[in-house]
Parts: sequence; C-alpha cells; structure tokens
Amino acid sequence: MASKRSSYEGVAVAVPVTVPYVRYSTRGAHWFLGQAVEALVQASGIAKDQIDGLCVSSFSLAPDTAVGVTQHLGLSPRWLDHIPTGGASGVMALRRAARAVQAGDADIVACVGADTNHVDSFRQTLGSFSHFARDATYPYGSGGPNSIFAFITANYMRTYGATREDFGRIAVSQRDNALKNSNALFKKPLPLAEYMAAKPISDPIHLFDCVMPCAGAEAFLVMSEARARDLGLAHVLIRAGIERHNAFADDPVMVRGGWRVDRDDLYAQAGVGPADIDFVQTYDDYPVIVMMQFEDLGFCAKGEGPAFVREHTLTFDGSFPNNTSGGQLSSGQAGAAAGFLGMTEAIRQLTDQAGARAVPSAKLGLVAGFGMVTYDRCLCTGAVILGRSE
Amino acid sequence: MTMPLMRPKRKNPVLRTRQMNLPPWARSRVALGITAAAAEGRFELQVCEDCAAVQYPPREACHRCLSPRLTWREQSGEGELLSSTTLHHSNDLFFRERLPWRLGLVHLDAGPTLMVHLHGEVGEAPARVKVGARLDRAGQAVLIGFPNEGSAHMADDKMLREMTSDPKFRKALVTDGKTELGQALVRALVQAGADIVWVGHAEPWKKFGDGLDDIAALPQVTLVPLDLTNGRSVTELAGEIGGKVDIVINNAEVHRTFGIGSRRGTDVAKAEMDINYFGLLRLAQEFGPALKGRSADGATGASAWVNVLSIYALSNFPPHGTFSASKAAAHSLAQCLRAEMRPAGIRVINVFPGPIDDEWNQHLPPPKLLPATLANAIVKALRDGVEDVYPGDVAQEWLERWRDNPKVLERELAAGGS
Repeated sequence: MASKRSSYEGVAVAVPVTVPYVRYSTRGAHWFLGQAVEALVQASGIAKDQIDGLCVSSFSLAPDTAVGVTQHLGLSPRWLDHIPTGGASGVMALRRAARAVQAGDADIVACVGADTNHVDSFRQTLGSFSHFARDATYPYGSGGPNSIFAFITANYMRTYGATREDFGRIAVSQRDNALKNSNALFKKPLPLAEYMAAKPISDPIHLFDCVMPCAGAEAFLVMSEARARDLGLAHVLIRAGIERHNAFADDPVMVRGGWRVDRDDLYAQAGVGPADIDFVQTYDDYPVIVMMQFEDLGFCAKGEGPAFVREHTLTFDGSFPNNTSGGQLSSGQAGAAAGFLGMTEAIRQLTDQAGARAVPSAKLGLVAGFGMVTYDRCLCTGAVILGRSE
Repeated sequence: MTMPLMRPKRKNPVLRTRQMNLPPWARSRVALGITAAAAEGRFELQVCEDCAAVQYPPREACHRCLSPRLTWREQSGEGELLSSTTLHHSNDLFFRERLPWRLGLVHLDAGPTLMVHLHGEVGEAPARVKVGARLDRAGQAVLIGFPNEGSAHMADDKMLREMTSDPKFRKALVTDGKTELGQALVRALVQAGADIVWVGHAEPWKKFGDGLDDIAALPQVTLVPLDLTNGRSVTELAGEIGGKVDIVINNAEVHRTFGIGSRRGTDVAKAEMDINYFGLLRLAQEFGPALKGRSADGATGASAWVNVLSIYALSNFPPHGTFSASKAAAHSLAQCLRAEMRPAGIRVINVFPGPIDDEWNQHLPPPKLLPATLANAIVKALRDGVEDVYPGDVAQEWLERWRDNPKVLERELAAGGS
C-alpha cells in the first residue's frame, strides 16, 4: 500500500497566460519562453527577479534545457526543473512547483510550456523522439503517433462498439468551444458531416481526429495562497493531484490509461466524487483518448464512453463541459504547451477569466494530462482537481 | 489473395527515373540484433536468460527482472493481429511515395506487442498471423505480419516486393556461364520468372560446349562477352546493358588448390586474385553506379548484387590456401560494396558455399554442394530478401564452429580437419 499523499493546501495557482499560437514560426523556442515569462511579469505585476523558481517543458529547446533558459532570460531561480512528459507536463509541473512552494524551496514558481514549430520540425522531432520510436515505429512509416492511435482507436471501436460519429461528437463540441476562444487557430464551425467526410490519415483516424502542430506557449505561476492574496492575484487552489507512468504495461494494446490506477486516490484527496466536477480539461491528442479519460477518471464505466458522449453535450454550456478552450484539436498543438493548455484554461474558468465560454457557476475543474508515445502507447498520465478560491 | 504481378509496361525513356528515398534506417545498437538475424532469414527477439521473458522493442535490460543477460533467440512469430491501419499519409518520403501502406499491431503468443508491416493477404483483426523479420530497402530489419497460409502469388504482394529482390520480371546478369554453377543459376533465374538473363562468357571466340549451348537456346538468355580480368571488356558490357540490369550475380571465379609451399611463384595466386578480387572490383566500379541509379524504378527496379564467395573466406583452408585468401579479400571488398550500395537501397547478398561438387574439389569428401542446389539457394535468397547465405551442411557447420570460436577453428583447419 502506497503511503498517503500529503495535502496541497496553502498553494495557489494564478496568472494563466497564453502566447498566441501561430502555425509556423521562424523564431526559436526561447522566443516563446521569453514571451511567456514577460506575460507572467506583466499580468502579475511581480518583478522578474522575484521569480525564484522555474519549471520548463519544451520539445524544441535542444540542445538547451531549463538550465540554458535561465541565462537566456536572465533569471536566477533557487529552484529549477525541466519536465519531459509532453502532454502530461502541465499537471506534473504544477505538482512539483506546489511541493517546492510548500517546502519553502521557492516562493514564486513560473511554470512554462513552450515550443516553436518550423516547417520541417515536426518530421524531425518524430525521427528522434525516443529509442523505441526510432527502432520500432518510425521505420514503419507511421508518421508519428497517428498509426499508433489508429491501432488503439480501431481496437477500441471493435471492443466497445464506438463509432466514428461518437468521436466526432467530441471533436465537434470542442470546435464549438473554440469559436469563443480568440486564441484558437481554427475559426470555423466543424459540422459533424464535415468531420465524417474528412480525408483518411491512417484509418480509422481521419483529418479532424489529428491535432495541428503549431508554435506557442502557455504558462502560469505557483505561489503560496497568502502571497497570492497579498498580491491581489485571482487564483485557484489545488484540491488533489496524481501521476502515473507506464501503467498497465501488460495490456497488449492500450484500452485504459494510468488514471485508472490512481483515480480513487485523486477523488479521496479532494474529498469529492466525479459527479461534483463542473468541467474537465482532458488531453485530446486523439478523441479516443478523451473517451478513455471519461471512463478511467470515473465519469462512466469502461466501455460506456460511446454511450456517455451520446447522452451528454460536451460544450462549455452543456451537461458535461469538456475542453472549454477548444482543446488542442481546435486551438492547435503548440508542442509541450499543449500539456499546459488545459491548466491555463481551468485557471481561467475558476477565476472568471473565461469570457464568453465560461462554464456557468463552475467551482471544481479536473485537468488531465497524457504524454509521450515512446512506442505503442502514451506512458505518462496525470490529473489534478482545481477548486475556486472562496 | 494477392493479385499476380503483371509484366510492367516498357519504360518511356524520356521520363525521369524515380530515385530512391530510403525508409528510416537509424537504429540503436541493441536493435541491430534483429537485423543481424534477419540478414540470415531468421526472426529473433531478446529472451531473458534469468526469467525467460521475451521482449520487444530491444532493450539493455530485462523489463521484468532487470537482468542484463539477454540472448537473441529465434521466434516462431505466431500471434494475433489486434488492430490494423492503412496509412494514407506519411511524413517519410519512402512511404509517402508508396501510399497506401498497411500496418498491423500484433500480440505475439510469446508475449510482446509488435508493430508490423502487414501482408495484403492478412484479413481484418482479429486474425492469426505469423510474424517474420525481413530487411527493408535501407538494409535494416523490419517485422512483417504474414498470413498463416499464403496463396501462390503471395510473393507478388506490393509491400513484400519492396523488401525482397524477387527475380520475377527482373533482368539479371550472370557473370560466368561456362561453369556448371553458372548454368544452374541461369536455369533457376529463368524458372523464377526473370525477364532477361545476360550470361557472360570470357572467350567468345571459342566453341561454346554442351552446357552453354543449352543455356543459349533459352528464349530469355542472351550470351554476352565478359572477361573480368579485362577492364575494357567490363566497361564495354556495362555501357551496353548496365542501365538495364536489375540483379548482378557474380559467380566468376578461379579456383586452384594448394597453399604456399606446394607451388612456386605467384602466377596462380595472381590469377585467383585477378578474377576473385580485382574482377569484383572492376565489375562493381562499372555496374554499381548504374544499378544505384535505378533502385527505385518501379516494381521491377534494380535491387540486388550477389557475390558467390566461399566459406573459406571466413577462415583459411590451408589445402586451398591462396584461393581462401582471394575469397577473404573478395569478402572484405563485398562489405565495402554493401556499404556503398546501401544509400541507394541495393542489397548486396554474400553467399558462402562450402565445397561445390566440381573438379577443383575432387579430393574433398562429401557432402559437397551440387551446383543446382547452390543456384536454388541463391534464388531463394533473392526472394526472401536475406543478405548472408551459408548454403549446405559444410558451410553451416563451419559457420557454427567459426561463431563459437574462430581461433579453435583455425587450429582445427591447420591440423587438416575440414
């Protein structure tokens, strides 16, 4: 029996910022990191020198890591972390930064996910993504995770009776949400018929099941609740947080994620149940994974995902608001920033900064992360429950 | 069912010949263990010596018990297809040029889950499949899901043709038609569906003799003058047919017995080197570039280069000492040729036969390799896409002894033990 996790009480999460996404950029990752930190400083009124903790996540920084970023941006933190968990990096950055603040290792931690995207960077990233990808998937022409998720999707459809329309419901609702988000790269509605008629990429994956790589950044600050109050910063509280890596390794094909291992722990720590959650920000690299999160995070039983999406409206004003910013399917996938997108959106929702896409009277939000397809599945999963500060 | 491959239309010489973009070739060092086995036609995975776990992708430690004692073991490849997909998009040029392309996810009965290229005769999941390892055009191992029972034309599968060098509808050059092996090779190629077989003979002014007359009568066969000791002869033939040859099989050799002390002077050893080593060098310099230029030229493009070496190339057999040395030199050069042909996706197949049943091995006891058996082994290597072949019982046994301990084999051979 694992030991009981101590509480995250006393920690505030504040100042969600977004460096606007662009499809391609000639700038480097450091530019987007710099813009993100500048936005944090501007929006918070905190001097750059007061940021004494830095947590970075990026795919396009090489050969630099968070270390080089400190000199590049003239920061001198007393706590530093670099998180390589991609789509799970936002959740994991928050968990680590919160502990640093609780322990007194840092007072104000900037958590930044940022990436650039050159015309050829996606292809180059794929070939050097992991040892296993280089040895066992890239030589098959799979073009990155598309065919892995095609296998997972096809298997899920066959096993649980999901249809393409079911996945379409997820993508279409997220597009509706994105239309209220001025930062989303996709500006036009996506009718279900258009989703269904999209060209095949790696069947059953079609165009609108795939995210569009882009450049951009997402960032937020972590500090003590007292400090946030003193500074007059709107903030949210961390009610619970989990992470898990390489779960269910013996499943021959992915049908469930690591959330399933730890979800009881998650809800117990928060003292709430799935029914109490007002909105979710799932990790949406492909719709099948969103459906799996609904199941594995306890909103419905395994295999009931298709029925669940048929019964609910998933828009910000619907019965089960999911990815209220539009998610990366409709906002764009800015590399590691995609792992922060749900976090910044959840902070906005719970601090009344979500504008036209605000979830009515939202008090509790769940943010899930999912990252790093090294071979045949994503290895990193995590989730946090954030609550409105009363 | 695989649709039988149709004879390709005659090529329009004005159109640009498609050039090769290799599939991704980078692998970790540990993953090259799969390539080493696939080069000889076997499918091997790492097996833990401590807990018997079979694992994939290859690792530096056992993922179950952390033991570093991992051994490559041959696998049956039996498994269940869990899922399949057809790529309609790829960021990689090789695949982009060959879409659509079918892939599968296979759960091996032995444990691991594999991503594989999928043969067209494998149905939708769930289905039983048999996984094998093949070398792709980059010369690296890839895994392929085959149907449990294939049809007669399964070798014509579009994906499989990209991996192999099947002689069907291809044009081949056999460098020496005078020997029994050369003639057996021509017959085997014709039987395998080769379009044209050019057959070299070094002294065209001489009467052909029985065997060569029979070969020359085959409609697919054209005799061509070719003397590997003569650079001009090689250049002239390359100028004439170099741009059309898809498969080069270099079987020309000089084989004399004796080692160092039993024969004075260097004339015989020079003659062996002149054909066995320099002959290969001349041939490679003239035919290599043309082959490389046509390696992506459709379903019947240039694809392979075969060297008939000898098992004596691995370790010197003193009773045939200078011949062994010339074959060792040729083997070394063939490795260089393989490295230079790799960027174009041309496979260099090295064949290491034991003693062939011919006049120069008269004194050796059986088993000796029949020319027809060796010829069939070479055609099979082309069809299966392997690159190192040790045909026959003697070669297999030598290989095993050499792999076990090359020093011990050297002592055994010095003591006269063949």
